Amino acid sequence: MGSFIAMALGLICLATGFLNAPSTVEEAKEMVAAAHDDGHGSGHAEEAVHVADDAHGEEHDASHDEHLLHQLQNRPWAALYVGAFFFFMIALGVLAFYAIQRAAQAGWSPMLFRVMEGITAYLVPGGIIVFVILVLSVLHMNHMFVWMDADTVAHDKLLQGKAGYLNPTFFLVRAAIFLGGWIAYREISRRLSLAQDESDDNSNFVKNFRWSAGFLVFYLITESMMSWDWIMSLDPHWFSTLFGWYVFASMFVSGITVIAIISIYLKSKGYLENVNDSHIHDLAKFMFAISIFWTYLWFSQFMLIWYANIPEEVTYYIARFQDYKVPFFTMLAMNFIFPILVLMNSDYKRINWFVIMAGIVVLFGHYLDVFNMVMPATVGDQWHFGVPEIGGILFFGGLFVFWVFNTLTKAPLQPKRNPFIEESRQFHY
Amino acid sequence: MASKVIQALYNDDDVLMHAVKKVRAEHHHIEEVYTPFPVHGLDKAMGLEDTRIAITSFMYGCLGLTVAIVMMNYIMIEDWPQDIGGKPSFSYLANMPAFVPIMFEMTVFFAAHLMVITFYLRSRMWPFKKAENPDVRTTDDHFLMEIGLGDNEKELTALLWETGAVEINVTEKES
Repeated sequence: MGSFIAMALGLICLATGFLNAPSTVEEAKEMVAAAHDDGHGSGHAEEAVHVADDAHGEEHDASHDEHLLHQLQNRPWAALYVGAFFFFMIALGVLAFYAIQRAAQAGWSPMLFRVMEGITAYLVPGGIIVFVILVLSVLHMNHMFVWMDADTVAHDKLLQGKAGYLNPTFFLVRAAIFLGGWIAYREISRRLSLAQDESDDNSNFVKNFRWSAGFLVFYLITESMMSWDWIMSLDPHWFSTLFGWYVFASMFVSGITVIAIISIYLKSKGYLENVNDSHIHDLAKFMFAISIFWTYLWFSQFMLIWYANIPEEVTYYIARFQDYKVPFFTMLAMNFIFPILVLMNSDYKRINWFVIMAGIVVLFGHYLDVFNMVMPATVGDQWHFGVPEIGGILFFGGLFVFWVFNTLTKAPLQPKRNPFIEESRQFHY
Repeated sequence: MASKVIQALYNDDDVLMHAVKKVRAEHHHIEEVYTPFPVHGLDKAMGLEDTRIAITSFMYGCLGLTVAIVMMNYIMIEDWPQDIGGKPSFSYLANMPAFVPIMFEMTVFFAAHLMVITFYLRSRMWPFKKAENPDVRTTDDHFLMEIGLGDNEKELTALLWETGAVEINVTEKES
């Protein structure tokens, strides 16, 4: 039975993979072309400004031109980075959710464990891609992280003060530790989860519980540091103490939304016959609650900075209010007003297609959230939502779907010997 | 007017649930069930209508939000504008972030308190009211099902014994 499910799913995921593959190649080409165009465009801009230069101080305009050039060169990189990070973040959010279910010994969710394990499988390729992008940044292939430029640091007192932490070597070492820890937990937990199916006692289950509890401690620390390293340091002068939580809320709600969408999809194809509306209802409750939690953190961060009005901090929001009005406010509407109104009603959370529709909006909202975190620091006011961005979404979306469904085929979708499986099967609200 | 009721006591919520389903399947009208704690799914088993208190809660929340907006506009902008932290209160919109916590609190405050008051009014409860509880043991470890009685006392008693009742009383009830 398990193998039958696996084979049928394999067909589905291959089809999905093929559907996504052409977009990958095309979009990748598009991306290169776009990068090329950008180079040209900035070249022209440079010339144009040079013509106008004569009356002005040359030094200032030259540095401005270089800045503009860097911003334009950053654009495809930033688009790539946003896409890579967004889908990586989904897998990481699911991993946290999964570990919480394990550590809490939740009775309702074991029916969904295999779905979660399938999604967290993307940590491996997703994490490696993000790491490669970071290595390329350290190698000065792009100018996303300005603090990596020794020349900039030499002229910047604040960055010199932070150099003990923000230096390329330590940065990469930290990234390797984070990714290594997360992937290691994912693999260990998956192995124990599969071993539990075949065993005749609960020892694997207990071990999994201990690993999960330990992982959550590791995760909460490393996730926070990861958000400083990978996102906050894009604006190296700016800092916010609850930034880690804010990124966490974003990845958590995206992850839960993806669990709900994939579960509903598999159920509609007849695979997860024991997943009932109450499971979906619970996931939708989480989507609703964590959306509000995200808003709470977003607003807490915003209000403190708005009220205190310290120049170092407030520039972050000025850039977003002035240059990013549309994505900024669209994101707020999609991530807060939409879920609060749409997912409030208890009955709607049981309607599967409704949850999918709400989930798609929430996912786009959180893509925009990452967009708003990364873009202002990397491309400034030169942003567009165009081919590279869409290409990033399609490429990483395709890879994500292929990898996740490929993993889903590798094991029976319903755990056999989880001690709570009967409770989960009977779960009703 | 006094009416005759039959009261069956149970000492387990699972037995009670099955009894409720069985009695309803036999088309007897259950007037009320008294339990020491909320029994999950009992409302559905008894065939009670869904509560509409969530709708009132939403409306109260909207009312609270409106009150907060109007109140802050009057206090901070119209009546007594101040310059707090270099942010003079000349426009509602420009000062809005400072008012958001108040909007949130008032929404929750109105929704919660008015919802509780509505619940008390709707269930006809007020301070110093004499308890309607027919048997004090239902506040401890017993469950009591109350069924209106016509001329079918014998048949109903037999049915209730069959469902696992530990005690059955027939009493007059004021109402």
